[in-house]
Amino acid sequence: MKQTIVRNVGELPTFGFGLQSGPWWGAISFMALEGMGFAIAIGVYLYLYAVNPTWPIGASPPDLWPGTAETIVFLLSIIPNQYTNRAAHQQDLHKVRVWLVVMSLIGIALLILRGFEFAHLNTRWDNSAYGSVVWLILGLHTTHLATDLGDTIVLAVLMFTAHAKPRRFSDVTDNVFYWNFVVIAWLPLYVLLDWVPRL
Amino acid sequence: MPAWVRSGLLLSVALPLVACAGSQSALDPQALQSEQIRHTFIMFLAVSGIVWSCVTVVLGIGLLRRTRIAGAPLELHPPFETCAGRIILGLGIATTLIVLVLSFVSYAGQRTLFAKDPGALTLRIIGHQWWWEVHYEADSPHNSFATANEIRIPVGKPVKVELESADVIHSFWVPSLTGKMDLITGQTNEIQFTAKKTGIYRGQCAEFCGLQHAHMAFAAIALRPDEFERWREHENQSATSPTDTLAKQGEELFRGRGCALCHTVRGTLAGGQLGPDLTHIGSRTTIAAGTLPQTPAALGAWIADPQHIKPGNLMPRMPLQSGELIAIIQYLEQLK
Amino acid sequence: MSMAVEQKEMRDDALHGLQLATRLEGIWRTPSGLMGALMSVDHKIIGRRYIVTAFAFLVLGGLLAILMRIQLAGAEQRLLSPDLYNQVFTMHGSTMMFLFAVPVMEAFAVYLVPLMVGTRNIAFPRLNAFSYWMFLFGGCFLWISFAFNVGPDVGWFAYTPLSSLQFTPSKRADVWAQMITFTEVAALAVAVEIIVTVFKQRAPGMTLDRIPLFVWAMLVTAFLVLFAMPSIMVASTSLILDRLVSTRFYDPSSGGNVLLWQHLFWFFGHPEVYIIFIPATGMVSMVLATFARRPVIGYPAIVLSLIATGFLSFGLWVHHMFVTGLPQLGAGLFTASSMLIAVPSGLQIFCWIATLWDGRPVYRTPLLFVLGFIVIFVIGGLSGVMVASVPIDTQVHDTYFVVAHFHYVLIGGAVFPLIGAVYYWFPKICGRMLSERLGRWNFWLAFFGFNIAFFPMHILGLMGMPRRVYTYTPEMGWDRLNLLSSVGAAIFALSFAVLLANAIYSLRRGMPANDNPWDASTLEWATASPPPPQNFDRIPVVTHRDPLWADPNILPVIAGLSAERREVLLTSLADAEPQIREASPEPSIWPLLTAIATTIFFIGSIFTPWAVVWGTPPMAITLIGWFWPTGSKEDEE
Ligand code: HEA
Ligand code: HEA
Ligand code: HEC
Ligand code: CUA
Ligand SMILES: [Cu+2]
Repeated sequence: MKQTIVRNVGELPTFGFGLQSGPWWGAISFMALEGMGFAIAIGVYLYLYAVNPTWPIGASPPDLWPGTAETIVFLLSIIPNQYTNRAAHQQDLHKVRVWLVVMSLIGIALLILRGFEFAHLNTRWDNSAYGSVVWLILGLHTTHLATDLGDTIVLAVLMFTAHAKPRRFSDVTDNVFYWNFVVIAWLPLYVLLDWVPRL
Repeated sequence: MPAWVRSGLLLSVALPLVACAGSQSALDPQALQSEQIRHTFIMFLAVSGIVWSCVTVVLGIGLLRRTRIAGAPLELHPPFETCAGRIILGLGIATTLIVLVLSFVSYAGQRTLFAKDPGALTLRIIGHQWWWEVHYEADSPHNSFATANEIRIPVGKPVKVELESADVIHSFWVPSLTGKMDLITGQTNEIQFTAKKTGIYRGQCAEFCGLQHAHMAFAAIALRPDEFERWREHENQSATSPTDTLAKQGEELFRGRGCALCHTVRGTLAGGQLGPDLTHIGSRTTIAAGTLPQTPAALGAWIADPQHIKPGNLMPRMPLQSGELIAIIQYLEQLK
Repeated sequence: MSMAVEQKEMRDDALHGLQLATRLEGIWRTPSGLMGALMSVDHKIIGRRYIVTAFAFLVLGGLLAILMRIQLAGAEQRLLSPDLYNQVFTMHGSTMMFLFAVPVMEAFAVYLVPLMVGTRNIAFPRLNAFSYWMFLFGGCFLWISFAFNVGPDVGWFAYTPLSSLQFTPSKRADVWAQMITFTEVAALAVAVEIIVTVFKQRAPGMTLDRIPLFVWAMLVTAFLVLFAMPSIMVASTSLILDRLVSTRFYDPSSGGNVLLWQHLFWFFGHPEVYIIFIPATGMVSMVLATFARRPVIGYPAIVLSLIATGFLSFGLWVHHMFVTGLPQLGAGLFTASSMLIAVPSGLQIFCWIATLWDGRPVYRTPLLFVLGFIVIFVIGGLSGVMVASVPIDTQVHDTYFVVAHFHYVLIGGAVFPLIGAVYYWFPKICGRMLSERLGRWNFWLAFFGFNIAFFPMHILGLMGMPRRVYTYTPEMGWDRLNLLSSVGAAIFALSFAVLLANAIYSLRRGMPANDNPWDASTLEWATASPPPPQNFDRIPVVTHRDPLWADPNILPVIAGLSAERREVLLTSLADAEPQIREASPEPSIWPLLTAIATTIFFIGSIFTPWAVVWGTPPMAITLIGWFWPTGSKEDEE
């Protein structure tokens, strides 16, 4: 078949942000499926809640302070996260480095708080179905927290090495985006785990 | 559609099915409920038959049409396109209407099927891997008793069965009487039916429940109400002590060889709970959940080596001399 | 943003014809040798492997089916012990659903979607490679377990509490649950790739209403995967947790609930069947248009039907649970929603029949299979409508009637189109035509064999034969129909033997195929058969829904992509306006290593919870290796 060139795309950029970029769509697809995972886990919790006459089963509700402290840190972390985002869009390497380190530290702090939260759930996973689902949900979210932290640390390392190339800024924005997802996913879980059993 | 067309249609689709009647067949209804289901089924079958025939006929005509004009693939004829679009839309609407009507037909059938009669005779059935524990519940405890693997019901009287499970999920299904209902761990389900004719109807576990799911059947015997009352009266009695010596010996062996650890024979010391109640085993039609007929030979074969007949079932092979075996058979046979 | 490097870079507008082709080929080729094969990220190579592997599982699953049919051919046969029979039907169902039907559809998508949308590789090619390895390892894991007599034996939906530790103390149920995890990971990865490929990598001008129907179907399927699979992930994970660390999800004595399992399974399981069916309808639309010699009537109606089916399929799961004692009114509503899905399915059927009506059908093998599909699928769909009715389902649930229903829809609705698709795209994939004569044999054997095998099952079900029984007594009167069914199954198996022979023969001796042997209209036919590693020397520009019919002689293309490194063109979501020239990853061994690490993690974790601890670092390391910039040019911007 004969070909006729009707357009030259040579001038187009080689990476982009947000809606334009492929990885961004990949990230949002993964968020969609992980969000669905959280939704299903919440469904499991509510189903067990509905079929059981007593709730929580054979345990007192989780202590409030670790979850609440986490929620506060999560919410506050959005601020430095947005700064990271802005710095990445401005392709300001120095600022991006600083903010990535800050975000890594926040992630570590949250993981430590998460440890306390597990310790203060007041139930074990093998006590009852209540314990099981609480541990499942918290475990699921912790996995997300841990992976995003890992990603942030790796990005930070990249930014401090010779790999700090412009297209990495796009990766940073994707990471920022994902962090927001981890935060938003936490909010309903906080209500579910810490407040629903007190109803 | 005129009545004769309708009945003719129903008949033509239903006829080939009549041949399939048997003692465990959904097409041979013997109760109000199973009749209702068959009725709904025939309606669906008729609609489906018509829809499928129309689809294939139109497809056939479409393929065989000879009035096509050759041309490039994109040389379309706008009038045809709009016309086809309209027809497709119309058929879509027709499909919607048909399925809505079918939904109502189905729901109406469902209402009749699951209608509850407060005065029903109540049975409680507990599913085990791979046999059925049956309790007849009555207002007075004197009139409640346990049996296994066979139920008897009065004709013309509504019967309610409460379904539970002792282990995994099973499903209670006597196609001639009504549809199935699962026996689910940790929950109680209910099903009701009213037999119309006397007879022996076979039922079978319909939910996969492990190794011997294939051999988890039972008999539902519909009796005239007076016969039923007599049976119930009798079944409520404890076992009578054997009179002949062989059977007496059998009774002792039954205890001595460990059978009593798992089986109950009311009125004796045998009070095991792991296996079927054998108080009136001699009067049942089958043994081992419908696996074998209840005959001395079959009983012998079963007790001698249950694992050969029903591999994996939960009754172990007991070491018995052939004389002992005969005594036990004798004993069980007279537990009428 | 653009840097000095770019100015010096050679672009494809500087080259022409053969020169350009060889140059691009050099860039996009998979390195030769074993190492190259293990590193490949070419969607065509991976797609081909995926297809072949899935068909291998079809043969394995089919051989198990033959074993079952021999066992059931007469009353009280003793070929298989109950223990083996239970493994065999579970392996058959699980293999067919998780290792054949879903993967084979994804496999075709992996191969075809990038070609159909006119791009050079799928989005996230390394993820694609990883997906294939996970699928392969998961399938091998299942079958090796089976060979060691730890094949699952709890049915393809593994109902609790039968699958709990108490009633299945061996590792069999764990094997089942973990095989699910493998295949889900693989399927989710492909779903993400398809979504991004379709959203971002369509050729310029391929607006939403110009997307080929198969691509639409795969897009809808990808979304179904995305939203349905998390449910089974949660289910299989919680089952393993129950079995391994004694959580109590399914233990009624501690507040657990066994019906929870059924809800989770079928919330996935029902969409699952459309994950199998929808791609097949996409294939039908493509084949039909080509052989009816006109575009399919009602493109918008079909697209809307696909989307509607997708949405509806999440609202039907309860129809698998009609006899679990749920509230009656609720069950009745699920009857209605289940039947409503007849509307979009029906619309598609009507559009196809109208297309054939107006077209000038060319009766080649692919079309025969599509015609067979219509005749058989409608029967299966209508028996679906029957079982959707609560009263009817109380009788036929868990009987051979349902077995008949789902083989009619699965084989009639998915396998027939699939075989048609094999005949249709074989020339594109392998460069040679399949034999038409053998094709006809294949079709007629399949058509009659299938119906003889599965039609009697409807009657058997009504005659009271439950499914999943390893034997029955002669008094039941089921033996003659069962024998008939087994004979049909043998004929049907023969048709597959013909297909296999045809493929092997034609690979060597088949007639060489030109670029567009069927005179079809979509972009995959605008390149060579088989396509070169770069797919297209220049990315086509689409101005019509049927580009190759609109102008059979001249293909408008764009220029300006790199001729030095792998680059794909990203376009905007709705109207496919060029936006970015994005780098596309080079071959890499890391996806394979990551898959190996993940496999160790998954298999280890059914034996000890500590696998989660020691299994994580290797996974993390391989993942970092995967994403770590290699210093190659694409990373340097
Ligand atoms: C490709 C796979 C596929 C497809 C497409 C379907 C399609 C449908 N299925 Fe099926 N189904 C399965 C695979 C599939 N199924 C499997 C694997 C199981 C068993 C799982 C197991 O237990 O192991 C199952 C089981 C199953 C059940 C549970 C049965 C039971 O266990 O008791 C039900 C109940 O409602 C059901 C219903 C339907 C319906 C209503 C459709 C509809 O989508 C059909 C719609 C199509 C048509 C109706 C035909 C075309 C339409 C027309 C020509 C228009 C005119 C029509 C009318 C006016 C009615 N299916
Ligand atoms: C896409 C899915 C799919 C496909 C294609 C098939 C294909 C077949 N299936 Fe099955 N089937 C299921 C999905 C599928 N099945 C599912 C989900 C279940 C439920 C499982 C459960 O209950 O858990 C089931 C259950 C099931 C049962 C019920 C078992 C039971 O309940 O006890 C039976 C019984 O006959 C059966 C038969 C067959 C047969 C004869 C084929 C034939 O079509 C197979 C034909 C193919 C081949 C034979 C292979 C290719 C052959 C060659 C390359 C030639 C060489 C070989 C020879 C010449 C022998 N299947
Ligand atoms: C470990 C427990 C156990 C022991 C010991 C045992 N049985 Fe059983 N028995 C069972 C179980 C369980 C069944 C039901 C098997 C099935 O059908 O799956 C059964 C079934 C039977 C049946 C058929 C009952 C029916 O309702 O159809 C008979 C008869 C019987 N056993 C007799 C005996 C005799 C006689 C002995 C002693 C020699 C014995 N059993 C010892 C557990 C036991
Ligand atoms: Cu009990 Cu099947
Ligand atoms: Cu379904």
